[in-house]
Amino acid sequence: MSFLPFAVAAWLFLAGLYGIVSSRNLIRTILSLTIVQSATYLVLLGVGYADHAQAPIFADIPQTAKAVDPVVQVLVLTDIVIEATVTALLLAMAVQAHKRFGSLDPSDLRALRD
Amino acid sequence: MHITALTVAVPMIAAPTLVAFRHWTPRILNDVGATGVAVAVATLCALLLAKTIKNPFAYWLAGWRPSHMVTIGISLSIDPIGAGLATFAAILVTGALVYSWRYFDAADGLFHALMLVFLAAMAGFSLTGDLFNLVVFFELMGAVAYALTAYKIEERGPIQGGINFAISNSIAAYAMFVGVALLYARTGALNMAQIGAALDGHRADPLVIVAMTLLFIGFMTKAAAIPVHFWLADAHAVAPTPVCVLFSGVMVELGVYAIARLYWTIFAGPMAPHAEELRAILIAFGTVTALWGAVMCFSQRHIKRLLAFSTISHVGLFLCGIGLLSAKGLAGVATYIVGHGLTKAALFMLAGVLLHRFGTIDEFDLHGVGRGLPLIGALFATGGLLLAAVPVVTTFFGKSLLDGAAIDAHYAWLPTVFVISSMCTGGAVLRLTGRVFLGWGASEREDVVQAVPAREEEDEETATRDFTPRLMVLVPAVLLAGAIMIGLIPGAVPGIETAAAHFRDHASYIGWVLHGGRAHFPPASTSHLETYDYLYGAGATVGAIVLAAVTLFAYRLKDRLPAIVLSPALAGLRTLRGLHSGHIGDYIAWWTAGAALLGGTSLVFLK
Repeated sequence: MSFLPFAVAAWLFLAGLYGIVSSRNLIRTILSLTIVQSATYLVLLGVGYADHAQAPIFADIPQTAKAVDPVVQVLVLTDIVIEATVTALLLAMAVQAHKRFGSLDPSDLRALRD
Repeated sequence: MHITALTVAVPMIAAPTLVAFRHWTPRILNDVGATGVAVAVATLCALLLAKTIKNPFAYWLAGWRPSHMVTIGISLSIDPIGAGLATFAAILVTGALVYSWRYFDAADGLFHALMLVFLAAMAGFSLTGDLFNLVVFFELMGAVAYALTAYKIEERGPIQGGINFAISNSIAAYAMFVGVALLYARTGALNMAQIGAALDGHRADPLVIVAMTLLFIGFMTKAAAIPVHFWLADAHAVAPTPVCVLFSGVMVELGVYAIARLYWTIFAGPMAPHAEELRAILIAFGTVTALWGAVMCFSQRHIKRLLAFSTISHVGLFLCGIGLLSAKGLAGVATYIVGHGLTKAALFMLAGVLLHRFGTIDEFDLHGVGRGLPLIGALFATGGLLLAAVPVVTTFFGKSLLDGAAIDAHYAWLPTVFVISSMCTGGAVLRLTGRVFLGWGASEREDVVQAVPAREEEDEETATRDFTPRLMVLVPAVLLAGAIMIGLIPGAVPGIETAAAHFRDHASYIGWVLHGGRAHFPPASTSHLETYDYLYGAGATVGAIVLAAVTLFAYRLKDRLPAIVLSPALAGLRTLRGLHSGHIGDYIAWWTAGAALLGGTSLVFLK
């Protein structure tokens, strides 16, 4: 059990946030968002990790073998499905933004301001 | 009861069916089919509500029941507040779908399918007893909502609104995933009842506090609390009107609901010694939200944006109500959500009528054009009074409970905040009613406080028409009638108070979810209206009318104000408005600051 995955996750989360805040290109913004999400994978997998344990596929290993927690792996799968959906949707919107605004720079998106 | 899962399954199955056949089905079949499904879900949820009022119960999907307090399966944990919210969501979806029959000139099955998935996600969100499912339904609700916001994908406003909404809420969801993972690491459970049971009797350590912060800031993003609210005004200004109805009417409120649910199922045990501090933190966020939203609301000229900020202001009230951490505060929020949701849904629909007919939604462009539409004007004015919580409509009962709860908790100044919020949000709607339907007040440009034109960002419908379909007036009229009447139904408000008392019974929740069987609640007390409730209600109403009248008729008074008062006020307002830049980077910077603020104060004061 090490703190490394959690430290890396925190770093990824913050790096992704910084990427979004500082981005001058929507594609970079969206990729930064996926970096934020990568942090969640690391946290989940880190939570389920156990030293010297095997992958939890009990067809291949004895029922009594020590395995990592399968629940978090399922959660990560769900997480990945969500990421694929949201990223695809956002990229489609970015394509449209490029068509309608003629730019991918968030500063040039000026349809909404108070 | 096996119909429980149908509330989510029916719309989930109907939606792809509509999409699969959309090239062959005529419009009418999509309209009738989707509305029929929404009515069916409303009926199912109402049946659940009727059953659960007698006794809350957990439904274990595929029969994976818990044994010895350990859950493997996933539960839908049905209690009156959750089932009531799901029913309310289904009713609003029905209303929005009926309204969209005539609102859209052309809508293929995709729109209907998205609305049904949205409904499935909201129903699942209200009913689930599983923390991870709660977050997944949050994301599902989000993904559909992003697509619905950018439904008019050919236009600039919706694209930008959709992007800002999607990125803000996705970050919120990822923070929540981390929160869920941390709680799972601590307790080995995902069911809220089991997590709550595992945390009981332990003090709140940093891990639990960080998990709570991440979950709360996520739901506060959905609920649009300051400073994580920026996406809301953008999304509401550009989303199609039937979608705005759902965003403001129920989706945003679900964020508030989730905070209440998480607190009383999971964190009530470890946080009990620090309830006073948590109360102060939540009320601080709520108060700032209520006041910021009120000021921004009153200074708008774009009607949908005005209504969006009005929603933010009300979210502030709800957050304060939840933050009071009492049964009475919770009951006040639940009552208020019903009254506010129906009112705001109707007001968005009426704004849609203006847009549909005149092709603009700018208060100054519409100056006096509504003179020939007395009915719509009267409905608008009714909506304004309802937002001001005039005695004795549903919002008034909600606000009275909140006032009582605030005074019980020794926050005697909080009702003043509520009055300011009601005054500004109600006054703004009354003001625009006077300007649009009676031609009162300044026409163009004379009023510098509101001088940011809003035409460019509104491209939803640009054609003007000389008629309004009757259905588009009938639906909001019915919703407004509901907003007036529901609080007056005998037993409705006391029923909500009882449900709220049961909702916050942490030990009983764990019992009826994990052990099944009949829950035994101590008798719940119900409250009565006090004289000061009428005073606050009347004060807010009179204040709203005066505020509207002053801005319409006496706006030149402003020139007589000494510069030392006027210039800082105008500069402050300009700064506040300047923060809503439409730039996603700015929004996420504020989000990070908000998360750090909530996390920092929690770690300092709740440990």
